[in-house]
Amino acid sequence: MSTQSSRFAARLMVAPSVALLLIWMIVPLAMTLYYSFRLYRLLSPDRTGWVGFNNYLWFFNSPDFWLALFNTLALVGGVLVITVTLGILIALLIDQPVKGQGFLRILVIAPFFVMPPVAASIWENLFMHPQNGLFSAVARGFGAQPILFLEQYPMWSVIGIVSWEWLPFATLILLTALQSLSSEQLEAAEMDGAGAFARFRYIILPHLTRAITVVILIQTIFLLGIFGEIFTTTQGGPGSASTTLPYMIFKQAIAAKDIGRAAAGGIIAVILANIVAYFLMRGLGRNLNS
Amino acid sequence: MARALSPRRQLVTTLAAWTVALLIFFPVLWMILTSFKTEASAVAMPPQFLSADWTLENYAEVWARSDYPRFFWNSVVIAVGSTLLGLLVAIPSAWAMAFVPGQRTRDLLMWMLSTKMMPAVAVMVPLYLIFQRLGLLDSRIGLVIVLMLMNLPIIVWMLYTYFKEIPGEILEAARMDGASLWNEIVHVLTPMALPGIASTMLLNIILAWNEAFWTIVLTTTKAAPLSAFIASFSAPQGLFYAKLSAASAMAILPILILGWFSQKQLVRGLTFGAVK
Amino acid sequence: MGKIQLTKVRKAFGEVDVIPGIDLTIEDGEFVVFVGPSGCGKSTLLRLIAGLEDTTSGTIEIDGKDATNLPPAKRGLAMVFQSYALYPHMTVRKNIAFPLKMAGMDRAEQDRRVERAAKVLNLTNYLDRRPGQLSGGQRQRVAIGRAIVREPAAFLFDEPLSNLDAALRVGMRQEISELHQSLKTTMIYVTHDQVEAMTMADKIVVLNAGRIEQVGAPLELYNHPRNLFVAGFIGSPKMNFIEGAEAAKHDAHTIGIRPEHIAVGDGPWEGVVGLSEHLGSDSFLKVAVEGIGTLTVRAPGEVAARHGDRIRLAPAGKIHRFDTNGLAI
Repeated sequence: MSTQSSRFAARLMVAPSVALLLIWMIVPLAMTLYYSFRLYRLLSPDRTGWVGFNNYLWFFNSPDFWLALFNTLALVGGVLVITVTLGILIALLIDQPVKGQGFLRILVIAPFFVMPPVAASIWENLFMHPQNGLFSAVARGFGAQPILFLEQYPMWSVIGIVSWEWLPFATLILLTALQSLSSEQLEAAEMDGAGAFARFRYIILPHLTRAITVVILIQTIFLLGIFGEIFTTTQGGPGSASTTLPYMIFKQAIAAKDIGRAAAGGIIAVILANIVAYFLMRGLGRNLNS
Repeated sequence: MARALSPRRQLVTTLAAWTVALLIFFPVLWMILTSFKTEASAVAMPPQFLSADWTLENYAEVWARSDYPRFFWNSVVIAVGSTLLGLLVAIPSAWAMAFVPGQRTRDLLMWMLSTKMMPAVAVMVPLYLIFQRLGLLDSRIGLVIVLMLMNLPIIVWMLYTYFKEIPGEILEAARMDGASLWNEIVHVLTPMALPGIASTMLLNIILAWNEAFWTIVLTTTKAAPLSAFIASFSAPQGLFYAKLSAASAMAILPILILGWFSQKQLVRGLTFGAVK
Repeated sequence: MGKIQLTKVRKAFGEVDVIPGIDLTIEDGEFVVFVGPSGCGKSTLLRLIAGLEDTTSGTIEIDGKDATNLPPAKRGLAMVFQSYALYPHMTVRKNIAFPLKMAGMDRAEQDRRVERAAKVLNLTNYLDRRPGQLSGGQRQRVAIGRAIVREPAAFLFDEPLSNLDAALRVGMRQEISELHQSLKTTMIYVTHDQVEAMTMADKIVVLNAGRIEQVGAPLELYNHPRNLFVAGFIGSPKMNFIEGAEAAKHDAHTIGIRPEHIAVGDGPWEGVVGLSEHLGSDSFLKVAVEGIGTLTVRAPGEVAARHGDRIRLAPAGKIHRFDTNGLAI
């Protein structure tokens, strides 16, 4: 539905953003690929050379790597499950005619404005701290031993913190979608004899499909790179218990100062991200098209 | 889908909704409360919800110990600058994708989005070296460029979905009325899409403000924004809770207030225009 | 001036020929209506003339000048869209003035022209409102206003009345006709509604599957349809078609007779009344006639035939004859 000149103009106008993103993607990626086959340690800058796949093999032979891989997927999966489930429930609750709905939204949206280092430090110090945290105070109030969140359940704690940060996003998208559902549809279902659960299952949930898709897509993009929360709280520990792939790469680059290995890890992370992206786009692309 | 409920049920749902909302908000509230306590009452057991001795001391001390205005100004410049630059690049692209769609428009959008899946850590070293070579380390312009590139796919996608809501006939009418492409975008498309553009802008300012990886990796002092400011506070463990809370509050309050004031546009923006 | 000449105009979307090749001349000052069922290519043809689509091959001349590759703005044509396509963020005044502003006209002249157009279209009191605050009919008038201030060589209308309710549609139809009477500018009007075509056009172009089936004045098409398609498309209710033995009697493969050309009373055909619709002025009867099939009959309002009645019918007007290819004999 267009003329040749407008198609030409269109190509011209898409060009800058495509070119910029191509450079932004390819240049660092090519450099990372190059370093990943090199010996490059900041501590011994004289020894350099090609090392083939050694940097990659180091990762695959490290037990930490498989744990980190698992942790990365657990973080993404865990946060998605928690935020989508809670998001649906909270959206259903807020969508009811409750008093002060506008102010409720302001409260619920707040965590979204909190930058990750601050969020992590609030939770670490004010809540999860074994001596001074609010949780330990509550536990002691009940006469129980305080739970050592970051020591005993580091991964769960990180998942919890990140879920808190992303819950507003999920809730508000789902709430917006819910509000666009026509009440006539629900009333028709009620006339057809559908109970509350059946209405949720057959009317509300299908209506939310698109919104849930958007939540999963956007959150996955951000969750795959989660770094600051772990850096601030557990530093990947204890041991490697809460080390994710990004954090493991970070440790190689900053602590071990082994740029070659960090680069190999980076390439592995990019491949992982592409695998996730592939399945995500394949599974969800359909929902977005309509 | 609001329907009338019996007064009893309405009371129950109102209470439940408020409880949930307050629980979600509580960590922020607790942090703000703590920032006004003395260090002693901040760690008192049992915890004091409201402190007996209110104080602004913590804010004064944080202010004195660091150059807060500089961090704040850097945050503003980086967040607003990267967003405006992003809009400048993205508006023409989104126009093209929305109104002159090709068979590969969808793939192109998905590809753009997928560039965001590349973990920042993975390309940290190369980017650091490039920045070193170009002399962009610890410069605001460098961060503006990086954050613009990071958020560009999101800006394009959001604008695309907003633009698609505008009927193509109106742009054709402008073309019939003798408008050039430039006039079509400036006089017709942009004003019509203004709410969407505002939402996009807000969301991206917030994303850029809260970005805490590149802003820390690529800066040291001169260009460091508030994310680096807060990182510098939590790193040495010598700091106490009340002061940490005060510093945290100072880092997030500007954007929290902006977000609350523009809540309506923001919620629209949050849905990435993909949910109606 | 506004003479438009299409020569072998072809439009293909990918592999599909939407318009295989059209030759058409539209004279200056004519009111031409493109009519046809949806998907017949009438809107595409209009958009080709407007310049909103590229022609695949062939030429479009406007006032003797080749305009095939000119951008829309340079063709000197104005268009009224189906959705009106008003700029929602501008007042009515700014909407109407927009093409003048784009042409770089000075403010005083812009104002003068807008005021004049507003007066003609009864919009003077609404000039400072926005489109969102207007009714459907008023929006339609603003769209027309935006078109007339430019004093274009020709107006293009793309199903402009289809978003209005029935009563308003009749009114707007008359207004557009009156506008044409007073401006005497070429108008090309696209519609799927044959009533609009019959009532407004100087010349009707009947399109089907991207081809011109017939071009002619309304009554010419009504009285002398060139083929079965035109015969069936023009006129309401639809013409009755009869094949077989009855047609053979008239030396034709198919004969057609309009519902208003069948009289109830004595006659050669006998049948049972099925559905009957009494409108007061007329009665439409569906009559199942043995050996012929169901005929639609338009009878005077006082005919009181009801479901199940047996009646006799007689042809009382022209019988159209068609050969095996569907062409009129």
